[in-house]
Amino acid sequence: MSTLTAARSAAPGKDTTSAGGFDLPPSQKALIRWNLYLGFSALAFGVVHGLAQALSYGGIDILGWFPGLKNYYQGLTIHGVFNAIVLTFAFANGFLALTTARGLGRKLHDGLLHAAFWTLAAGIALASYAMFTGKASVLYTFYAPLQAHWSYYLGLALLVVSTWITSVNLFITLKAWRKEHPGERIPLLAFVSVATYIMWDIASLGIAAEVVGLLLPWSLGLVSGSDPLLSRTLFWFSGHPIVYFWLLPAYVSWYLMIPKQVGGRLFSDPVTRVVFSLFVLLSIPVGFHHQYTDPGITQSMKVIHAILTFGVFFPSLITAFSVVSALEDGGKARGGRGLVGWFFKLPWGDPSVAAQVLAMLTFVLGGITGLINASFTVNRVVHNTSWVPGHFHMTVGSAVVMTFMGIAYWMVPWLKGRKLWGGKLAVVQSWVYFIGVMALARGLISAGLEGAPRRTFLAGATYGKDTWQLAGYWSAAGGTLMFIGAMLFFLILLMTVLTGKKGEVAEIPVTTTIQPAARAGWELRLDQFRWVVILALILIAIAYVPFLVEYLPAKLTVPAFKIF
Amino acid sequence: MKIHKYEKAFLLLSGVILVIFLGASFYAALGMGIMLPSRDGEIDVRQVRTTPPFDNPGVREVAPGVYEVVVIGQAWSFLPQEIRVPAGAEVTFIATSADVLHGFNIEGTRVNVMLIPGQISKVTHRFEKRGEHLLICHEYCGLGHHMMSGKVIVE
Repeated sequence: MSTLTAARSAAPGKDTTSAGGFDLPPSQKALIRWNLYLGFSALAFGVVHGLAQALSYGGIDILGWFPGLKNYYQGLTIHGVFNAIVLTFAFANGFLALTTARGLGRKLHDGLLHAAFWTLAAGIALASYAMFTGKASVLYTFYAPLQAHWSYYLGLALLVVSTWITSVNLFITLKAWRKEHPGERIPLLAFVSVATYIMWDIASLGIAAEVVGLLLPWSLGLVSGSDPLLSRTLFWFSGHPIVYFWLLPAYVSWYLMIPKQVGGRLFSDPVTRVVFSLFVLLSIPVGFHHQYTDPGITQSMKVIHAILTFGVFFPSLITAFSVVSALEDGGKARGGRGLVGWFFKLPWGDPSVAAQVLAMLTFVLGGITGLINASFTVNRVVHNTSWVPGHFHMTVGSAVVMTFMGIAYWMVPWLKGRKLWGGKLAVVQSWVYFIGVMALARGLISAGLEGAPRRTFLAGATYGKDTWQLAGYWSAAGGTLMFIGAMLFFLILLMTVLTGKKGEVAEIPVTTTIQPAARAGWELRLDQFRWVVILALILIAIAYVPFLVEYLPAKLTVPAFKIF
Repeated sequence: MKIHKYEKAFLLLSGVILVIFLGASFYAALGMGIMLPSRDGEIDVRQVRTTPPFDNPGVREVAPGVYEVVVIGQAWSFLPQEIRVPAGAEVTFIATSADVLHGFNIEGTRVNVMLIPGQISKVTHRFEKRGEHLLICHEYCGLGHHMMSGKVIVE
């Protein structure tokens, strides 16, 4: 540890990452840009069917407008895969590669950047083939024994592999930096980016085991049956932490970029490192809270996961403090006074800020509804009702995606060397989407409390309740506004890329911290990730081994069904 | 690690709130008996219709005021489609799936459980008021998912 105790850190008030004027080789900027293009193109496809789903809640059936669409659930599958998996993976692969490079002040590995991009593209192509031909209308949770075409599973596996390749890229970039900076603390921007990928690398092992060990051989006819409970459990091993893989890139921006963009500073470097370490530690051993109503899992194991789920809420509460304090710092520096006056002094005319501060507002409700889901008794009321999509449109469908849009408003200009087109329209875009998603969630949440099921073509259902109707109108109106907001975003993005003014663009925003990184003590170990990884593995073992010991071996007895 | 006093107060408050919420859930589970499904038996999905008690789906009184309701979820209906139980009785639903995943949600109640092929689901409930509830399959189960529902009539 002698090298560690000699660690130095930048003086308070200084940019703790590398100096300004950072740039990447044009080829790397192009690859990162194409990651964003791929991700947002997927979103463009996904939201079109999102509109059909929102209208379906209102009893309006527009499926006939979609040429070649076989049924509602084919579109719903595309909506889930493109929005929740392709967009988020493509964005993280591009954005966190850039933040790592910026944090460390060095370029990335060329070959791995190419490999990650082309693996992602191949994954999208395979999964798209299966989905668009109607051979994989199994939704993005693909629960066995509904069986999709093998190309669907292989495509999804490749999407995960692309995130692993990106991880390796970040790790070797960090390793090269460490060699040149012995004894220094990892710059905070790089620390949080790498921690996000470490969390996901461990978390994705469940879904990898499910797809490679069970579903892919089954869809190829190599094994005769499936084990629905086991594959579902492996799915949720990854299925909860995946929401943190969606969310943490947004947190990276909220912690380290938004403070700078509003003219403030992040409060504490040490607390930020602890928060991201807690996410590595606690994101994974919580999957059973998606399976509270499943038979075949003991009540005591569900309760252990419930306690840990409440635990992983804690770093998000710390985040609420840190992010709001940075916003207040900025608002007050801009002349805001009083308890809440600073909030109105934030630079609301900056579309990148407007989108992300509105995203934070939606996340307050997203977090609260998440806590309700995690409460194992109340969960019985809301499980698998439209309450659940109501919840996650206030998390991934707003907090995450609006933050991605807000980031794109500076990132695409930076990568492309063109100024943002339609700045005022971009501010309007954020508000339209924000109001839309709130209305949609209002509808889904209240219908869910009245028992309306999720992932169901209600416009064609043979049953229903009067109380679902008003809620359905809220959803339909909200979804329509979201659709308009999303289309405005694509227009702005497209016009920026094609016709934005060439010239000087703003630097990547990176905040300073009021409290600098510690120079000695136990906190230095956080930079060596291995300690938190070991602790995480122990917690995962406590959370999953008792179930597996009791349940295994896998019972591959359930035949395949292709009833879609 | 130095933590500012405001931040410390906020973190303490956050911790206390989480503990109170979790405590409330424990109270509901242990004090009010709101339990989650657990390991309630396994079944060969290919033999569901010939394995007791699923060879004879329906409602039966197993003791005075105590009822058992055996239900099979299948694409895309419940068997039986209509369930009649008396108000105030203790009713235990014993259900499973004959094919893919299904949901078993009696709207307006706490009866909400997954039907997973190979697993038997059990949930006990007392219907206090007379009336009619929808029984909804709330897990995607293929093309006809939105047509899969039943009725629970409390008499």
